[in-house]
Amino acid sequence: MEEEIRLMKGNEALAHAAIRYGADGYFGYPITPQSEVLETLMLEKPWETTGMVVLQAESEVSSINMVYGGAAAGKVVFTSSSSPGISLMQEGISYIAASELPALIINVMRGGPGLGTIQPSQADYFQATKGGGHGDYHLIVLAPSSVQEMCDFVGLGWDLAFKYRTPAIILADGVVGQMMEKVVLPPQRKRLTDEEVKKRCPWAANGRTGGLAGRPRNVVTSLELDSAKMEVSNERFQRTYRLIEQNEVRFEEIGTEDCDFLIVAFGSVARISQKAVEMARKKGYKIGILRPITLWPFPTNEVSRLSEKAKGILVVELNAGQMIEDVRLAVGHDVRVEHFGRLGGIVPSPDEILEAFEEKFIEK
Amino acid sequence: MKKEIIIAGFGGQGVLSMGKILAYSGLMEDKEVTWMPAYGPEQRGGTANVTVILSDEKISSPILNKYDIAIVLNQQSLDKFEGKVKTGGILIYDNYGIHRQPERTDIKVYNVNAMEASFQMSNAKSYNMIILGALLKVCPIVTLESVLKGLKKTLPERHHNLIPMNEEAIRKGMSLINE
Repeated sequence: MEEEIRLMKGNEALAHAAIRYGADGYFGYPITPQSEVLETLMLEKPWETTGMVVLQAESEVSSINMVYGGAAAGKVVFTSSSSPGISLMQEGISYIAASELPALIINVMRGGPGLGTIQPSQADYFQATKGGGHGDYHLIVLAPSSVQEMCDFVGLGWDLAFKYRTPAIILADGVVGQMMEKVVLPPQRKRLTDEEVKKRCPWAANGRTGGLAGRPRNVVTSLELDSAKMEVSNERFQRTYRLIEQNEVRFEEIGTEDCDFLIVAFGSVARISQKAVEMARKKGYKIGILRPITLWPFPTNEVSRLSEKAKGILVVELNAGQMIEDVRLAVGHDVRVEHFGRLGGIVPSPDEILEAFEEKFIEK
Repeated sequence: MKKEIIIAGFGGQGVLSMGKILAYSGLMEDKEVTWMPAYGPEQRGGTANVTVILSDEKISSPILNKYDIAIVLNQQSLDKFEGKVKTGGILIYDNYGIHRQPERTDIKVYNVNAMEASFQMSNAKSYNMIILGALLKVCPIVTLESVLKGLKKTLPERHHNLIPMNEEAIRKGMSLINE
């Protein structure tokens, strides 16, 4: 398949991108608002073309453990779900992180807590960026704000996951999952052969030839009963995380060159905020936007730099105030940081964001 | 050029697919397009709406509070979106089942008797294409040629025989504006 321009939903783009980036396997369980991922894969039947496996598991607990197995064999594997399903996966995600395996997880967030609603939300920020499961680990967290980024971050997610041998998560929301936009799909990347997998993943448990004379046995496990050894492993994980923090921070700045105020927002909310900022400029308020693309590693230095000249910072999220904690940690001096959020699946319109800005920073 | 459009009505009227065809037509003209449905546990008989944006430049928010064009196909949608049309904007509605007429005088209001026309054509499925035709007449955001090209591209080949019927419905909608 050649590069192709299509109009499709974010969820559909995820599925098409996965096939084209040479995925070996998808394991998932349907849940709104991301069921189109599994549906599109089933319609595309990649097992007939690239040989990719598509499997509907009996639950999210199963699908994440199938991903664990596939990743342990050095395969390019992923799963997708929405908030309640991602909660079910947390044990498996922690095991994958502890086993230092590359894998891609996609969360198209919906309103919670609990079974919640099927409408868009960003209330899983803490879960995604601070670990989510037990133990000291991080996921590389990518936050797409367009259908094109839904497509691109599938490839980026795997590239980073394999580079650092750690799971990556695409943290999207129902807006980005359900909307249709123009997307440029990449040309078909070939799936790796068994020989290529062995070369790329010398640690993989994918069978050895040559008996005792062959390579040493690879053991993939997250269990280490000797605490001294477990501490060494933990220190190794932390070294990887520091490296990721150094190298992989991604963000977008919009209109920050001359701004008096700053909005920090990610995903769909950054797009809605952009419209609010266009409206604000007509009223004479100069607002810039910092859109973190990686939520972990968080663009701490960039927030810090932009905060130095800002009269105030508004953090806009579809939650009660989660990313604002990372913004506050990044702001080194006395600048007012305020939050505006809608909860439970409600998405604010641009004028609501502008009103919130005026209420907090102009009329006081 | 940038047009921010809301299409709203009952589920089953073809609101979402009309938006989709409009978005595809924009794509055929190399425009930036965004199609954002109000998704939910909706079904036939419930309400449905979709925001479609066509632009020559990169589109910021897929969610809006004011629109250049509102196409409202039932009373609830008229009540909800009449006030959200920008001054100088366009409101297209179908009088069928409407008991309170639009009141705005600072926008252009068009009544399109599409339901009646679809009965005349003995084809209820042509309804949304009649509305689309009316829109293209009032505001030619995309050409009829692009719409047909878009239909050809999106419909599976076995349904290509339906394209002439769609074209007829679009032309019917265009002619309703003249009347």
